[in-house]
Amino acid sequence: MTGVTRPLTVLIAALGGEGGGVLMNWIVNAAIAKGFPVQATSIPGVAQRTGATTYYVELWPEKTPNDARPIFSLSPAIGEVDVMIATELAEGSRALSAGYITPDRTTLIGSTHRVYLTVEKMGMGDGRLDEKKLYSALKKNAQQAVMFDAADIAQRKGAIINAVMLGALAGSGALPLEPDVFTSAIKKEGKAVKANLAGFSAGLEVAKSGGAGLAVDTAKQNISNQTEQELEKQVKTGFPPAVHEILLHGIRRLIDYQDADYARDYMERLEPFREHDPVLLREVGRHLAIRMSYEDIIRVAQAKGRPTRFNRIKDELGTAADDPFHVTEFLKPGIQEVCDLLPPTMARSLMSWGKNSGKLKTLHWGMEVRTTTITGYIKMKILAGLRWWRPYSYRWAVEQAAIDRWLALVMQAASVNTALALEVTELARLIKGYGSTHQRGSNNYQRIVADLVVPLLADPPPDGPERVKSALEAALAGPDGKALKQILHSTNPPAPVAAQ
Amino acid sequence: MERSFTKEIELLKLGQGETFNGEGILAVTKALLQSGVAYVGGYQGAPVSHLLDVLIQAEDLMGELGINAEANSSEASAAAMLAASVNYPVRGAVTWKSVVGTNVASDALSNLSSTGVMGGALIISGEDYGEGASIIQERTHAFALKSTIMLVDPRPDLNTIVNMVEKSFELSEASSSPVMMELRIRACHVQGSFEAKDNVASPINARNKADNPAGFLYDRLAHPPVTFKHEKQKVEDRIPAAQKFILENDMNEVFNGEISNHGIIVQGGLYNTLIRRLTNLGLADSFGNTRVPILVLNVTHPLVPEQISSFCTGKQSVLVVEEGNPEYLEQQIGQILRGADLQTRLHGKDVLPLAGEYTADVITQGLVDYLGQYDDAGIQGEALRDEAARLENVRANAQAALDEKVPPRPPGFCTGCPERPVFSAIKLLKEELGDIHIAADIGCHAFGTFEPFSMGNSILGYGMSLASAAGVRDIQKKRTISIMGDGGFWHNGLQSGVLSALFNEGDAILIIMQNGYSSATGQQNIPSSRSRTNNRAITGEIERTLKSLGVEWLKTIRTYSVDVMVDTLREAMTTDFNGLKVIIADGECMLARQRRLKTDNARKLEGGIRFETPRFGIDDEVCTGDHSCIRLSGCPSLTIKPNPDPLRTDPIAHVNNGCVGCGLCGEVSHAAVLCPSFYKAERVQNAGPIEKAVHKIRQSVIGRMSDKGDTA
Repeated sequence: MTGVTRPLTVLIAALGGEGGGVLMNWIVNAAIAKGFPVQATSIPGVAQRTGATTYYVELWPEKTPNDARPIFSLSPAIGEVDVMIATELAEGSRALSAGYITPDRTTLIGSTHRVYLTVEKMGMGDGRLDEKKLYSALKKNAQQAVMFDAADIAQRKGAIINAVMLGALAGSGALPLEPDVFTSAIKKEGKAVKANLAGFSAGLEVAKSGGAGLAVDTAKQNISNQTEQELEKQVKTGFPPAVHEILLHGIRRLIDYQDADYARDYMERLEPFREHDPVLLREVGRHLAIRMSYEDIIRVAQAKGRPTRFNRIKDELGTAADDPFHVTEFLKPGIQEVCDLLPPTMARSLMSWGKNSGKLKTLHWGMEVRTTTITGYIKMKILAGLRWWRPYSYRWAVEQAAIDRWLALVMQAASVNTALALEVTELARLIKGYGSTHQRGSNNYQRIVADLVVPLLADPPPDGPERVKSALEAALAGPDGKALKQILHSTNPPAPVAAQ
Repeated sequence: MERSFTKEIELLKLGQGETFNGEGILAVTKALLQSGVAYVGGYQGAPVSHLLDVLIQAEDLMGELGINAEANSSEASAAAMLAASVNYPVRGAVTWKSVVGTNVASDALSNLSSTGVMGGALIISGEDYGEGASIIQERTHAFALKSTIMLVDPRPDLNTIVNMVEKSFELSEASSSPVMMELRIRACHVQGSFEAKDNVASPINARNKADNPAGFLYDRLAHPPVTFKHEKQKVEDRIPAAQKFILENDMNEVFNGEISNHGIIVQGGLYNTLIRRLTNLGLADSFGNTRVPILVLNVTHPLVPEQISSFCTGKQSVLVVEEGNPEYLEQQIGQILRGADLQTRLHGKDVLPLAGEYTADVITQGLVDYLGQYDDAGIQGEALRDEAARLENVRANAQAALDEKVPPRPPGFCTGCPERPVFSAIKLLKEELGDIHIAADIGCHAFGTFEPFSMGNSILGYGMSLASAAGVRDIQKKRTISIMGDGGFWHNGLQSGVLSALFNEGDAILIIMQNGYSSATGQQNIPSSRSRTNNRAITGEIERTLKSLGVEWLKTIRTYSVDVMVDTLREAMTTDFNGLKVIIADGECMLARQRRLKTDNARKLEGGIRFETPRFGIDDEVCTGDHSCIRLSGCPSLTIKPNPDPLRTDPIAHVNNGCVGCGLCGEVSHAAVLCPSFYKAERVQNAGPIEKAVHKIRQSVIGRMSDKGDTA
């Protein structure tokens, strides 16, 4: 026997449906082909497709005399994992926190893509874990880290992620098993061999080049439409470079939403903030563009009727050139949405009838519109074509007034300090969505303004910005509003003023 | 069941000298066939579902060997099958998940153990304990003690396991007692190999039937007055016979080592972990050569007192490595040592945790704390301290590596699961009516207790939800809702819940999730599963069963119709009808459905037959990132992605490629009046020429309209 005194250990953390069991079998069969003693076991979880699952392999990295069989362990031990394969970033991080990735020993083969946890997805704002933090912690704590977006490669190669991970394992050289031993294992298994071999080779290449890191978001839109040039010039000459990108996006958005005049309104509204801190200017510019392009039926119809949309859906479906496909929209407008489009006087009387009769909350028209039919598409086009009417509508009046009040509040806060103004600006994040979501967000916004911001501006305390920030976070903590209620009560006695 | 086990069945056919390469639980199955069983029964549950699933499908092989393989309706009926071995010299085995299955089976087990058996009777108990477990954490050991069932806990090595199965039948016959083999999750799923033997047919079996029934023998009945005699026989005859057999057949193993002053007594199932821990401490090598003597208890009940005392004689101390609570072995060993007047100091749960799984680092810490108390020759205190420090260091670094831990990722409803919409509906109803007492149950629907639903006030056992609401319903102003799966309904809920509620005229609401299978355990068939040949219930419809029992308020609702479900639930909560109200939430298990669709669609694609594949999508531009839809769904394919809008920062909702187009997203956005972001897209394959032409015309007209005036 040579100097081998212990087996090599491989821990696989996968999610249901990712083929973790197959990956485990490939490694086992590769070891068997080499004549190495090997054992594997798993905690496959329940029969469901979600949830974390782990697989554990131990192999003796050489043949043993008289085929003597080592006593293999059935479970991984902290600090004793040679190869950690994690098919998802948070699962890799979980293994790290558990002690299965250690700098003295562990080669990490980790995919950097995210499959979000339910708690991350549920957040009313942004509940995601900090990917950069997870990534750098993994990179730092593994002896060798091969990290790349394996899900993306798998999708491009038509393979399942397990084959890509196997390729990366082979490429890392962490186990004494050559790539062709693994490819034989894939061939021997005989399922989706071509796709799996393609995934394997791609993973192998990435590992040899040391991993690819976190994907960088490069989706930047160019702004070069002729009608926008005048405004573009105005931005570039009159505003600091740090805000150019955001303002140009804003202009472009509002021209699309309404017209060039509306984009000019946008610039005018920003004018008073021009001399302020560029960070504040940028954030006001960002939120202002969103608030001015508030969601209404017209905008939805416009989005649903865009020429590029059907091509995108076709790609999603993987439909061949002449194969038919159908698209059905789920719309359920209520009295509120109808009033949004009516002239203010009519809308007010209809709204008050709705409120008094209780129909405002209960009366909705459920519609399923097939936009791939000519009549269905025409409906969308007609609604989208109502853009010219928008400035005469009730909703327009309400929104413009609310925007001006918000800007005035930000300006007032800016006279205290920039930090406070930034937090007040950020409150606009609450106003989004449709129907009850929009209602809830607006109510929360108004409560924070009335109970916290207005009293706070009257007599600014040093911790003003933090208090506004925590109120925003509380409002985004849950739809039941419990956290917000608590924080408003604890920081301030309820104010009698009803602002806005 | 939609899954096929062709490969596994081939492994069961291996003959003398061939090598079996496969999973632990399948090795056990093969060992049963090598032992000549005449019948096998059981109830599904991880980690032993495979045993029965494979045998039920292996009809030809079962026929050939004359084996009666039954998928029993509960563990109780499985345990009762063992009665065949009471009167006849036939071997049989049953299996289930423990401890819950053993609880259900315990009535039959007590009676069986009282009379004792003639032919070998073996219970394969899947120990759902520790990481990955889905049930309460208790020891099966208690049943062995109270009923005098011999308990086998083999070393997790396929050769040992197979050998122990064969020996267990002999032990059962030698001691006239049933034998139970405990297998932990990882042992059931361990991949390994052993040299197979030929399968053996039972001398009396389904092909070679007995000429006459066994004659009447009162001694074979669990009925007084003979039960008094049985109780004595257990301790006077059966246990001693078992102990003799265990000793003579070396079922327990002693591995000697030079540090003879100390020793370790370990449950067989923990042996492999123990050896690795000792290797790290320099006290053993990777091939099992140990410096500290080890007694491996492959049989943990009964203990053989002379074996224990002979192992302990001359030792200053022993450590008992025994997983779970209470420490039955340690107590008995203490008693044996005291009785033999041996002064060996006994360690166990003084250095090891009182409860919880004995993972690698837990055992290391125990060994360090144990051996650290003795500074004899051979024990290197420094190695112990180094290992303890190393572990401490690993733990500290792991803690420090990330400032916040990644939240758990519990299993959840599958993509497109038909049970999810019911919870969406209840959540919407709760927004309207306020909180409601929910009696939850065992099954996939127990995932309703996790985010984003977080519902359920109690879980009291499989099929027990309605029964568990009986005490609550009269002290609540609002009605209670009990949720039960169709698996749980047939297993137990029909009689413990429905009958009891009807009998007591209880005002209760029961939702039965009718997905057509025992889904959480792997989509096994249940009495109301649809037969593939005629699409009718194999045994009986739930609806008809309930009607015949006298359930008056009964509605069957398609689960995905969230609106209708909310309305029906509201009616159930508010109606003047005060009896039992049952809603059958009908929707086939999506996992099973997709498995079938996959083959069906592949066939259609090849055969040129038209078919549609639906999926949902979200318009990025319309979604504002509030995630209300996710809070009402939690579907794995309804996820989030970074906002492509450069002006917004909150991630938007996104439907990934896993979507199966179940329709819930559309239903929920309608029922909850959420937002217009969702669309359903259907891909048509193998469309006819007319459909294609119509589509082409539509596309070109729409194309021309969309090019005009879009960016005015």
